Amino acid sequence: MIDDLTDKKELELRGIAVEIRELIIKMLLEAGSGHSAGPLGMADIFTAFYFHILNHDPKKPDWDGRDRLVLSNGHICPVLYVTLAKAGYFPIKELMTLRKLNSRLQGHPHRTALPGIETTSGPLGEGISQSIGMALAARMDNKRHQIYCLTSDGEHQEGNTWEAIMFAAKYKLDNLTVVIDRNNIQIDGTTENVMPLETLRLKYESFNWYVIETDGNNLEGFVDAVRQARSVHEQPSVIIAHTIPGLGVDFMENNYLWHGKSPDEKQAKEALSELRTLQGKIKSEHQ
Amino acid sequence: MLNPDLKLNEKIFGQDVEKDATRSGYGTGLFELGKTNPNVVALSADLTESTKADKFAKAYPERFFQVGVAEQNMAAIAAGMGVSGKTVFISSYATFSPGKNWETIRTTIIYNNSNVKIAGHHAGVMTGPDGATHQATEDIASVRSWPGIKIIIPCDSIQANLATIASGNEYGPCYLRFSRDKSPIMTTPETPFEVGKAQTFWVSETPQAVIFATGYMTYYALVAAKKLEQEGINTLVTNVHTIKPLDTQTIIEQAKQTGAVVTVEDHQIAGGLGGVIAETLAQHSPTSMEFVGMRDVFGESGKPEELLKKYEMDSEAIIGAVKKAISRKLT
Repeated sequence: MIDDLTDKKELELRGIAVEIRELIIKMLLEAGSGHSAGPLGMADIFTAFYFHILNHDPKKPDWDGRDRLVLSNGHICPVLYVTLAKAGYFPIKELMTLRKLNSRLQGHPHRTALPGIETTSGPLGEGISQSIGMALAARMDNKRHQIYCLTSDGEHQEGNTWEAIMFAAKYKLDNLTVVIDRNNIQIDGTTENVMPLETLRLKYESFNWYVIETDGNNLEGFVDAVRQARSVHEQPSVIIAHTIPGLGVDFMENNYLWHGKSPDEKQAKEALSELRTLQGKIKSEHQ
Repeated sequence: MLNPDLKLNEKIFGQDVEKDATRSGYGTGLFELGKTNPNVVALSADLTESTKADKFAKAYPERFFQVGVAEQNMAAIAAGMGVSGKTVFISSYATFSPGKNWETIRTTIIYNNSNVKIAGHHAGVMTGPDGATHQATEDIASVRSWPGIKIIIPCDSIQANLATIASGNEYGPCYLRFSRDKSPIMTTPETPFEVGKAQTFWVSETPQAVIFATGYMTYYALVAAKKLEQEGINTLVTNVHTIKPLDTQTIIEQAKQTGAVVTVEDHQIAGGLGGVIAETLAQHSPTSMEFVGMRDVFGESGKPEELLKKYEMDSEAIIGAVKKAISRKLT
């Protein structure tokens, strides 16, 4: 069961989401490379999952009854790492080792390296299939946990993604919910220029999935979408979450050039100042 | 003579030697594993019968999943199940899996350390009439650089059964290589089998050369050894059923003992058994070597025996290679 998102809880989550964005900027500056826009755009969804939706225990990352959150587009791992650290899976100071020698925080996530990572990912289009494997295993063992798979819009250009979409419908995997980060950008430009994906909703519907569209940067709306997805039976569900890449940092928002790079010192300073202003605004709302 | 310790089939050299395909041993092994272990699961990409996964599929329909013609999806679904307590077998032709889905396996099964066994079928030119598109002759080379992978190539259907069961009884990724056509049964149910331990099928007191063979090609090596013995040339024939981890101790010992090595495989020499053994001996004990296998060419349609002759991989070719290796011994 996922609880209602009260106003108080929503404010708390908004504060956490801003802290997550700040840490993303700090760790990317320290790492000197990595993806900026996707992680910032997905900070709200990660906050909603790890601080409200998921049934999990950071102190027991291998607990068999946990909900699984599979990150298919591994390149946005800065947001996963920051969220896991904030949730208590490992020390926050370790975030500054991202992409460095002997770090558990690999440039793309590796399952056996760090607690809380469900799959090794980076090469695109493989996450839904792996989530299907977990959903089938759970069903065979009569386990009640849910499998959530976070994907990018760009990786819907991979054939493997559609193989998986066909399969999940065939086996009526209602313990699987896919979330698409529909931010419209990929490395080479906008998705509709590189290789058009629209109409994603109709594509999924014609593959016999239950489709929900929502604003992925609106916590209340997103939590409602997940609750709705959980109420679907005999069908896998997909949430097309419209997000703003780079959200919270004005010069990164909706700019595909920020898909695959990290900020320099000056840019990071500006980004952090914007995020602190946002944090101040949230705090004043709270008072 | 045949190694008496291994309790091999005494009728090996008879005209009426019983034949079976190694893929049949996979089918029975998978079925038997399914009986004893409820966590064993099988996936197929529309090739259930010809990869012999049908026996398992019929017996345990709730643990069998038909993926359709989608080898990448099959590999990654298996990866998800393999990290969720299941022992997963995926079956297809080796040119498709681990061919077409190579990177998917690399990332989601090997690096991810998931408990998945990749059964690659129709390996080698022995696949015959289907032609080169379906004859996997590069699969060993393409998988053996994966860190931590086990690679097992059973020599006959009995060993295929044992290899399948052994792979399922141990956690971790494994590649199993099977062939389509029937081949002579060399072992018996009493013949021991241990992953990673090469078996010397043919022994002699003063061997002048050792033939390292893998898969059903071990039979042609034995036929060559018997003919060579009649000519007064004594050899050893060792069945290298596990390519990785390689039994380096046995290989180095026998290379030192004989001073002449021949490798025999139905696969490209580059990156195959020949390459594996050459690398090992170059480091530990440089030895005169000859290679029997595919020489940087694709196969073609034809009967298996015709193809082995055309591509110089039959017993006659092995005999020639042994003589050449002996003549080139390093002093």
